[in-house]
Amino acid sequence: MTNSAKTGVGAGGGREADLIAGDIEEYLRRHKAKSLLRFITCGSVDDGKSSLIGRLLYESKMIFEDQFAVLKDDSKKVGTRGGEIDFALLVDGLAAEREQGITIDVAYRFFATEKRKFIVADTPGHEQYTRNMATGASTADLAVILIDARKGVLTQTRRHSYLAALLGIRRVVLAVNKMDLVGYSQEVFDKIEQDYREFARQIKLEAITCIPVSAVAGDNVTARSANTPWYRGPGLLEHLETVVLPDAAQGTAFRMPVQWVNRPNAEFRGFAGLIASGAVRPGDALRVLPSGRTSTVARVLTGEGEASAGVAGQSVTLTLTDEIDVSRGDVLCAAGAPPEVANQFEATVIWMHDEPLLQGRAYLLKIGTKTVTATVAPIKYRVNVNTLEHLAAKKLDLNDIGVVGLELSSAIVFEPYRDSRVLGGFILIDRLTNNTVGAGLLHFALRRSQNVHWQALDVNKRARAQLSHQKPCILWFTGLSGAGKSTIANLVEKQLHADGRQTYLLDGDNVRHGLNKDLGFTDEDRVENIRRVAEVARLMVDAGLIVMVSFISPFRSERRMARGLVDAGEFIEVYVDTPLQQAEARDAKGLYKKARRGELKNFTGIDSPYEAPEDPEIRVDTIQLAPEEAASRVIAYLREAGIIDVDLTWEI
Amino acid sequence: MSALDYLQRLEAESIYIFREVVAECEKPVMLYSVGKDSSVMLHLACKAFAPAKPPFPLLQIASGWDFREMLEFRDATAAKYGLELLVHTNEEGERAGVKPWTHGAAYSDIMLTQALRQALDKYGFDAAFGGGRRDEEKSRAKERVFSFRSVQHRWDPKNQRPELWSLYNARKNRGESIRVFPLSNWTELDVWQYIHLQQVPIVPLYLAKPRPVVRRDGRLIMVDDDRLPLSASDRVQTLSVRFRTLGCYPLTGATVSSADDVPGVIAEMLATKTSEREGRGVDKDGAASMEKRKQEGYF
Repeated sequence: MTNSAKTGVGAGGGREADLIAGDIEEYLRRHKAKSLLRFITCGSVDDGKSSLIGRLLYESKMIFEDQFAVLKDDSKKVGTRGGEIDFALLVDGLAAEREQGITIDVAYRFFATEKRKFIVADTPGHEQYTRNMATGASTADLAVILIDARKGVLTQTRRHSYLAALLGIRRVVLAVNKMDLVGYSQEVFDKIEQDYREFARQIKLEAITCIPVSAVAGDNVTARSANTPWYRGPGLLEHLETVVLPDAAQGTAFRMPVQWVNRPNAEFRGFAGLIASGAVRPGDALRVLPSGRTSTVARVLTGEGEASAGVAGQSVTLTLTDEIDVSRGDVLCAAGAPPEVANQFEATVIWMHDEPLLQGRAYLLKIGTKTVTATVAPIKYRVNVNTLEHLAAKKLDLNDIGVVGLELSSAIVFEPYRDSRVLGGFILIDRLTNNTVGAGLLHFALRRSQNVHWQALDVNKRARAQLSHQKPCILWFTGLSGAGKSTIANLVEKQLHADGRQTYLLDGDNVRHGLNKDLGFTDEDRVENIRRVAEVARLMVDAGLIVMVSFISPFRSERRMARGLVDAGEFIEVYVDTPLQQAEARDAKGLYKKARRGELKNFTGIDSPYEAPEDPEIRVDTIQLAPEEAASRVIAYLREAGIIDVDLTWEI
Repeated sequence: MSALDYLQRLEAESIYIFREVVAECEKPVMLYSVGKDSSVMLHLACKAFAPAKPPFPLLQIASGWDFREMLEFRDATAAKYGLELLVHTNEEGERAGVKPWTHGAAYSDIMLTQALRQALDKYGFDAAFGGGRRDEEKSRAKERVFSFRSVQHRWDPKNQRPELWSLYNARKNRGESIRVFPLSNWTELDVWQYIHLQQVPIVPLYLAKPRPVVRRDGRLIMVDDDRLPLSASDRVQTLSVRFRTLGCYPLTGATVSSADDVPGVIAEMLATKTSEREGRGVDKDGAASMEKRKQEGYF
């Protein structure tokens, strides 16, 4: 058997091959003991990332003959190197990438040498794919940042370095590529190194190794090159093989987010999860957060049965000595060293979606195994990644990075991201599309969340409502301008008032004269407009009133947020359904005409969208129904739903 | 207790993935192809939920041209683990007489891709585990662990959800689904090494044994039953062969080998100079073919 196709490189490459042929069991033992390094490659477009990885795979003999044959063929057909072997084609996997000659998405590659195993995330250079770079960086221990020696430090170099530092990558290799195209000039290399170190200092990247390479020619990739006699450091692969890896959180206190409660029968109740940090043994005292209850570990189970301990990184199932309430999303912690619990944070957010992040809009936040609702309030600043300047912002656009305040619907267990990727990293999910729209890092709990506690009041909603013989609720009238919302709401209120009910009508136009007079009609301001009104309506429900809200409220997302503020059954969405044509024909206030003339910007239905309710409690068609009929229909609903004429023994 | 080695870390990650799906999805299923990756996946699923059984059924897409030994192994495995086994075949395709050698590339589309979509729709599964690995193929290298599919089962590679840390987003609207790949970060060697260390049962077809084969387009095709058309010039010979991957027997090339145990297979694999999928007939139509098929809903 000759040299292996899939084994190591460099000195001793033959030894593994000999073992494979002669003593496979010994080879497997040694291979299993290798450490694993996960790294990313990033840099600007055309810096040669894909070529470098292709070269690493080729040189470490990871390319099979049939793959090489396809590569040769493809290099002739679609290569960018005039028919020469184009290593980039090994990694640019998507047809669209090959056509455009660029990398779109993160590609994960695997190779191994005698010393180590590697998983490489090859991440895209174009700014529009920054989110994919963040994806690759989130699981990496080290970043290889490429620079084109002819171009030096560019915007994307800074962006990627900043992102790498932000996501907690402490080790960086600056690979100054295309040295062959600058005559292997030490002067060029030194200048770039100096520039980069200056920037790196500002973002607190410390462990930096600079290596002059040529991915295409192979200089200093796997072996040190004779073309750079002035360079005394290691070749790239040598460095990757020997760089010291970070600890796997073994020394720190025990934490395990509960993923799943395992209850195959009445006798067994186990809590399954992956240990985020520390270790756990039978007899250890644990605290369940956020509830704060304590118990003791009875058994530690792995897939192979009972174990004497579980360690960081391991998936286990724990049983406790007490029957206490534990569910998915809770965190089991060392009783003596519990982490903090809070619901307001300062965090950095990386926005990853075409639709901007808006202040006041609610998103789902997933952290560990817990999902809660989160509202961004306020956006403190946006970071200019080039200058590191802090810029004022009311929204974050695609690829923006900002520092924000976060308010969560319930308290979560957390640790600052720099201490724990598991308990400090989160994603944001859009509640309608379910897309992952952002990612973020928790820095610290805001003091107001630690000090401002809910004041439990003795006179509560129920007591107040009983006094007024009604069940409080919000009647939320939504529809286009001129649909007749206020007319109908007004009629409903008159009827309720005549029946002796306690009511209040919050009208969009009126509120904009006072509480919301500082707000305009941009998307961000519309979100804030609705947030304030929803909060006021909630207080009024708490006061025991039947509240009518008559607002265009064009976005589903905010109506859903308002619905979430009150208890089930207390939010009644009334869709005043009028076709745009009809509303425009009425045009009582002359606003449509103005909007059509362009004098009124962001007018709903004209140049700003209206998202109709999908499943409103009440829909009134104003072509079919006169306003009085529509009002009677609303009253009838209230009667059926037990809001008025209620049995006074109702429970909240 | 010392830190975990990389294989233990891979195992822990896969178990974590299984549990996330079960905790967040309504109706998961495991695509069980009977191959070695499926064997490892099932082994990991059993560990993830022990002492309970994996709380989902197995689904096999039977093309009608599976190796007989695979079907025997499939039934025995489901019985041993006490798991529900669902088998689905595209009956329209079968009625239309679609055979591996009659319809070219359309064969796998009809009998595998379309059959899979039919089965997922029929049972209303919202998450399906597959044994795909990122080291297998270039477009797989770019796929997320939780890979979102539209109502039409399409994969949109240009618009994948960002997937950071181990925070998997399993949320979806009605009719949409996700494919989940617990072995995403495993390599072929990792899978074999795990099979070796954990003594994971695999179909004997992976180990060398004298088997009747015939040479077709440069590949050795096993004569698994009498349906394989043979011409007068075809010479059936008995050779010691094994298979690196398993699919429909008329499309799966055998490798001449003497490796009759797992370490032997690993030694041969490490010394070989062709990649794993080379033995599969379906992948040969252009480098972008896998991506295209994945977009259409192939696993």
